[in-house]
Amino acid sequence: MDAQSIIAKRIANELRSGMLVNLGIGIPTMVANFVPAGITVFFQSENGLIGTGPIPEEGMAHPTLTDAGGRPVTALPGACTFDSAMSFGLIRGGHVDMTVLGALQVDAHGLLANWMIPGKMVPGMGGAMDLVTGAKRVVVAMQHTAKGKPKIVNKCTLPLTSARPVDLVVSELAVIGFPEGRATLLERGPGVTVEQIVAGTEAKLAMPDQIPEMRL
Amino acid sequence: MKTVCVEDAVAMIPDGATLMIGGFMAVGSPERVIDELVRQGKRNLTVIANDNAMPGRGIGKLVDAGLVSRTVASHIGLNPETQRQMIAKKMEVDLVPQGTLIERIRAGGYGLGGVLTPTGVGTVVEEGKQRVELNGKNYLVEPALRADFALVHAFLADYLGNLSYALTARNFNPVMAMAADTTIVTADNIVPVGLISPDHVVTPAPLVDYLVTNG
Repeated sequence: MDAQSIIAKRIANELRSGMLVNLGIGIPTMVANFVPAGITVFFQSENGLIGTGPIPEEGMAHPTLTDAGGRPVTALPGACTFDSAMSFGLIRGGHVDMTVLGALQVDAHGLLANWMIPGKMVPGMGGAMDLVTGAKRVVVAMQHTAKGKPKIVNKCTLPLTSARPVDLVVSELAVIGFPEGRATLLERGPGVTVEQIVAGTEAKLAMPDQIPEMRL
Repeated sequence: MKTVCVEDAVAMIPDGATLMIGGFMAVGSPERVIDELVRQGKRNLTVIANDNAMPGRGIGKLVDAGLVSRTVASHIGLNPETQRQMIAKKMEVDLVPQGTLIERIRAGGYGLGGVLTPTGVGTVVEEGKQRVELNGKNYLVEPALRADFALVHAFLADYLGNLSYALTARNFNPVMAMAADTTIVTADNIVPVGLISPDHVVTPAPLVDYLVTNG
């Protein structure tokens, strides 16, 4: 399994029936491909849809049924649509059970930077700040390093997305949580050693006695 | 509500106007009004919208034509032309978190001075803003937004101006329809009164000033 699929599949194991879940663009979107059998979740697109379904077959796209990236999607039976005020009321109001987003950096306390690189990339924060501030659980899906440089750092050097720390980081190498505000290594990727994880991580990781391999 | 052809609708909009334009990545944007803004060459526009779409589509067409001097948006990442004009200082860009942007617009239409939101506390979004503590939580004071014109696109409009929307083309449209001095609407279908059931009217007719005729 490639790195992105490992990440998406591991995060899909966090899904529980009945959850309202918002998936960001990129690896987070892939989580929908790995929903465990027997689990029914509601996926929200923040442009105003609950019940987002897979990408339509060739020739079946509709111009007014799109995801937050503007790409065609389908709507599952039981889907509903609403305006952006309600969509962000759902997000900020704590009605979204879980959000999955990408990251540029996550720091030792779980603070996230994922929306701009000053002087280089200023796309705008879109819905990311509201999602990280308001969702009940924030899960980061990301490759462990970028061009060999650690993304889990002591302190974010890029602008923060929120003052609220994330709950879980899942990379192809590790699952990291933040109990009591400390980056803690919870699981290893398939065939990955603790040493490999530490070598690719700038932040000091707390180490529980048992660090099992991810169940995929 | 008055009906108006697209040329006359856009002729009402002066250079330098502040426009709220519905749509999300050009889905649900009033393309015919946008095309006419380009044709009439309205300049120095301030555009309040979720995003700047992409070159050649929706609000992206206004950016391509160099008609926008300021934009207030949550995302410009798919429009390299906006980024280019921003870096060249031809366009001022005010980036606002999406949930804050829609609430500021909602506040503008609902008669509120602004909203208190936790989004942005402790980030660069907080710079220059007032932080208040209420019931032990921190919020930013985000002022209401209004515009001279709201340019709205609906799926159905009846002859009175009642509106309903299609799927994800709703987005910012009904909220903006309340937040401008003048609301101009295009619709995919203009239908007799009564065809939209009262329960399915999202924007009530009295909010619509001008309905652009089809054809």
